[in-house]
Formats: sequence, C-alpha cells, structure tokens
Amino acid sequence: MEHIKCTCGHENLHGTIFCESCGKILEENKPQKLLDMRYEGSARRSQTYQKTVIDKIWNFFSSVKVGVWLIVITLVASALGTIFPQEMYIPPAVTASQFYADEYGIAGKLYYELGFHNLYGSWWYMLLIASIGISLVIASLDRVVPLYRALKKQGVTRHASFLKRQRLFSSTSLHNIDYDLNKMKEKLEKRRYHVREENGNLLAEKGRFSRWGPYVNHTGLIIFLFGAMLRFVPGMYVDEVLWIREGETISIPGTEGKYFLENEQFIMEVYEKENEKDVFSDAIDRVGNGMAVKNYQTDVVLYERSEASMIGDEPDLQVIKNHAIRVNEPLKHDNYALYQVDFKLNEFKSMSFNLIDKETETSYGQLKVNLRDPEAKYEFENGYSVEMISYFPDFYFDNDGDPATKSKIPNNPAFVFKMYTPEKPEGEVSFVAIQQNIEPFGDNQYKMAFSGLETTNVSGLIVRKDLTLWTLAIGGFIFMVGVIQGMYWTHRRIWIQQGQDEILLAGHTNKNWFGLKKEIEYILKDTHLNLPVDQTEVEEKEKVEKEG
Amino acid sequence: MKKSRLLIRTVILLLLAIAIGYTLYSNFYLTNERITIGDTAPDFVITDLDGNRHQLSDYRGKGVFLNFWGTWCKPCEKEMPYMENQYQVFKDQGVEILAINVGEPVFSVTSFVDKYDLTFPVGIDKGNQLLHLYGVDPLPTTILIDKDGKIVDIISMGLTERMIHDFMQQIKP
Repeated sequence: MEHIKCTCGHENLHGTIFCESCGKILEENKPQKLLDMRYEGSARRSQTYQKTVIDKIWNFFSSVKVGVWLIVITLVASALGTIFPQEMYIPPAVTASQFYADEYGIAGKLYYELGFHNLYGSWWYMLLIASIGISLVIASLDRVVPLYRALKKQGVTRHASFLKRQRLFSSTSLHNIDYDLNKMKEKLEKRRYHVREENGNLLAEKGRFSRWGPYVNHTGLIIFLFGAMLRFVPGMYVDEVLWIREGETISIPGTEGKYFLENEQFIMEVYEKENEKDVFSDAIDRVGNGMAVKNYQTDVVLYERSEASMIGDEPDLQVIKNHAIRVNEPLKHDNYALYQVDFKLNEFKSMSFNLIDKETETSYGQLKVNLRDPEAKYEFENGYSVEMISYFPDFYFDNDGDPATKSKIPNNPAFVFKMYTPEKPEGEVSFVAIQQNIEPFGDNQYKMAFSGLETTNVSGLIVRKDLTLWTLAIGGFIFMVGVIQGMYWTHRRIWIQQGQDEILLAGHTNKNWFGLKKEIEYILKDTHLNLPVDQTEVEEKEKVEKEG
Repeated sequence: MKKSRLLIRTVILLLLAIAIGYTLYSNFYLTNERITIGDTAPDFVITDLDGNRHQLSDYRGKGVFLNFWGTWCKPCEKEMPYMENQYQVFKDQGVEILAINVGEPVFSVTSFVDKYDLTFPVGIDKGNQLLHLYGVDPLPTTILIDKDGKIVDIISMGLTERMIHDFMQQIKP
C-alpha cells in the first residue's frame, strides 16, 4: 500500500488530507485558509480505492450522500403510502383494483397500479429499508476506523501550518512561557483536560469519547433493524386474531395446537348513574347514562393439550389457568399474551319455532334450532314432525337467484323446513327466514311460527408472542446512549506551542465554540498569552463588509 | 493488507445480503408461516362423516390431496365435483383426497356431500385445530403432499379440473 511520508517523519495512508501526527497539509496543491477537521483529515478508504466490484458496492453504500438520499426516498415513499388507505384497511367485500378506481378515480387507479396500496409490505420498500441498514453499517465502519486511528495517533507537536489554520488561533511574541505554561496546565487539569506535554508544547484534550456517539447510535439502530428482521424467523413472532364465542373451546392460533381456550363469558359494563358516586353524575350525563363503557372483559380458561393426543382428535386438555382478560390486562403464559381487542354482542345462537295450524293457530310442537350445529329431524307427538332440508346461516340470494350463505356465521339464518302432519303425510315445504315465511309450492295448511331467539356474545382477542422485543429494547437503549454521548459531551482540544519568538495557541471543538472560547479565556487569565481570534467570524465579517 | 480488506468487505457484504435475502424470502415466498414447501406436513387426525379416523402419516406411500373448504365458498363448491371426478381416476393409482371442512355444522356439510355425491373422505375441523396447525387463511386452500409426507405445493385458489388432474399426476407415487 502507498504511504505518504510527512516531513515530521510520520507515515500516512494514501488519501490522508493532513498528517495524522503533526497536522501538516499533505496535499499542498489545495491551499485552504482553514482546515476541514471532519474525520481529522483521515483517509476514508472508500474514497481512494475503486478496484473490484465489491469495492464499488462498498463505496456506494459508504457515501453519506447516498445514505441521505435513501432516507429521503424512504420518507417520501412512506408519505405517499398515507394518501389513500392501505389495502388491509379497505372493505373486505370489494377487490382492491375496484376499490381504488371507484373511490378515488384516476388517482386511485394509478395508486393501485403503482403498488402504493400495499406499500409498507412491498419488496421495494423493504429493499429501501434494507439499503439504509447496509448504508448505516458500511458508512459507519468506513469512518469510525480511520477516525479512531487518527485520534489515537495524533501528535502533541503540530506543524505551524496546522495551528494557523484552526478556527481559534492566536500568536504571542514571547520568549519564555515556562511560568505561564505551568499555570495553564494546572487550570486545564482542573477543567478535566487530559494534558500531554512534549518539548514544552502542550496538547490538552477532553471529551474525545463524544466523537464515538454517532457510531454508538448507529450500532443501536443496526441492532434495532436486526430485531425487526427477527420477526420473520419462525417462532419469534406471532400476531393472530381469535374470535371465540361464549361456551366455545377452540385451539389458539399460532401455538401449533398446543393451547386451547374456553370462553366462559364476555362482559361489557357501562357507567350508570345509579352505580357510581354522585360526583360523577354530571360527567355521565354529558356522554349519556349508560353510554360510556367501563369494562370489556372475557372470562377464559386456558388449557394445554397433552402431547400424547394427536392434533385433530378430541383433545385431551389440562387446565392451566382461569383468567379475566380485560383491556390492557392480557392473559400471559409461555411468552404468549391474549389481549381483549374486539367483541360482538348478541350473535344468534338458537331459534325456536312452533309448528302451528295457520287457521286455528294451535301449536303441535316446538323445536329449537341450534344455529351452530342444527339437527335434521324434530319429532313431535301424535305423528307430527319437522325435517330441516336446508340451512343458510348467513342467507342471501346468489347470482343465480338461489338461496345461499355468505359465511358460516349465523348473521341472518334461513331454513327450509318440511312439515309432516297427519293431514299432509307427504309434507309441506316452508322457507323461513327472519320475518319471512315463503311457501314455494303453494298454500300450506301449517307453518313454522317464530317463537324465540337466544343469543350469545363473541369476544375478539389477539394472540401475541414477541421474542424480538428484547433486541428492540437493547437497540433503542444503545441508540439513546449514543445520542446522549454525542449531544452532552464535546470533544475539545487546545494546542499551545513554542515557535520561534512566538507562542502559538489553537483550539478546536466539534461543537459549542462559544463554550470553548469561554474556557480558553479562563485558562489564559493572568498569563501573557493573547486570546485566540475566531477566524471564521473574522472571515464572515470581512465578507459582509466587502459586500456591504 | 489489500487482500484482507477485500476479504473483510466481501464477508460483511455477504452477511448483510444473506440477512436481507432471508427476510425478503420469508416475507414473500413463504405465503404461509406455519408450513413450508419441502417440509414434512404436520401430522393430524381427521374423523370423516362416516366416523372413520384418517391419520395423515398412515398415508405414507400415497399422495395426499389435502383440501380446506367451506360450503359457503363458491370456488370450493365449484371445484368439489372436479375433485370427485379426478378422485375416481386417481384413487386406484395411490392418490387420496382429504377434504377438511372449516368447522361448519354437520348438517350443512352432510347436505353438501349428499348434494354432490362426494365419495372421498370429508371431515369437519372442530375448534379450528387443523386450520391453525396449517395456518390456512383463504378458502379454498389445497396442499399437495407426496408419498414421503413432504409438502409439494400450497395453492390458495379455486382449481379447474385440468389443474386438479395435473396436481394429482404430480403427487402420484
């Protein structure tokens, strides 16, 4: 590898802007009034070598410019995704292509065609996020290594040209500063500077660790992204919806058939004036008595299936625990948590009918249809019986005009009954739906008269398991440590050097120049040294005057 | 030194590429998180309408056409007669159909089976055990299992008779 030897004798890597040790500018063809102190002028390797494909990919991602653009593109894309609702939020009955075109016209059609309707899960969006991740890793690595090197190798004695090109600089005509030097050294140490001395030259430094803040911060982000990736590893993350009726015992999705849940009852309580303290009565009146919900609760029993029984067989269940699941009070077991998120009151459970003679209205028997598991035959006394021919739990007429069912949920039950009576031994057919009684084959003598309804409540739960939270928490914590490290500490350096007939003083900080100036003022008090001048300010003033 | 730098860069880039590749792959190609093509199909038992127990692992040596369906689902209703036709062709060639209904009333399922004269085993998945085991979401979903019990394909759509024929050909031992 090529090296550049500085006049001070230090060997620098190719691409170094000024000498790591003494600070002398190596590329003398680029005269600058002030030095660009970013990365201590070290050679960011990426910018100097372009050889293999690997190097080219590396250099692409190493660029901060590329990183910033990736972030900007991601932000713009994320914003675009919020213009119209995402696919998962549109009504389930319509297809996505129809929905966007009908609802939002040409813009909606375009939105759908371009794939913005499922933006956050699209491959290109994920690739963008992944690219930001790669950029974070590579850009950080490419800078932290040379920066560490440069700060580690910095010399105490600097080239005059380095000091003169610092933002804070002064020179003082003085021959002997031994007395002042000791005084300043004392003060510097009192201010917690780490002071190094070499041939009567001083380098005082503090807060170097602040320079690692951004890299610590990036490490945290990378861990965070890694945690987000872990979600896709089987067994790490479960997020399932579970609808469970009162009295039902069903397997819990996402648990590989290991756990079962029984819903004993669903409770919804509201605030009622009669039951609350008087002071709340105004507040309750404001929203309406009995309108504000106090509690959503599902009383459940958690079971574990014994390993011996095969999935699909009548499960052999052991009770693990009883629990009342309330909002924000999930049932937790074995890394799984069941949260109360939704409910449905008064789902039809059973319907009762009387078999009556239409004229006399005499009942010849009553039957109750269990809407979840109806029976086919209902026998009564004296030769009366009813047979159920068809059952439509969620009745509608399909495209062919035939009665059909939309789902297995009894939202709108309808039945075709055949009524056998001594008068009509071949049976009479009756189509019964809610508030409908159709006699498809002409006038019947008998009918099925609705006589009662039982309902049940359904509880909507979410099954959640997340083993990635720890990684996210650690990543987030490290991220914050990095932010604090970089924000609340500053890296300050003060050089004091004896030149020929003059004393050179220079100061550098990564932020808060005002603070550094104050500190130097304090240190130079009662010495013969001149206060440093802020060369950037001088430059700006000159510019203003020239233009003014 | 140049060599080692290239090596380090290659290794880092490779690790990143693998991590991202895996994430994208698992997100887009494994439409189903519970089961994966190439894996052994999770074993289960289903009791058909006639009361016979069918254990999946007992069908090693035969291809199994595992179909999840519901009576209200129109594409399911459409493909059932096709399945019956092809079952008649392939049942003597070592292909078995297991049709799993997603927990509907016995009455509804029996009426449906009678209506279409289905002769292959139809069972009802009470308590959604199999549905959750296989993580099936849209209906109909057909899972093709070969003679070694390995999952050959997962198809979440209504099938034509031609497709059913080709699938059965594919899993024929």
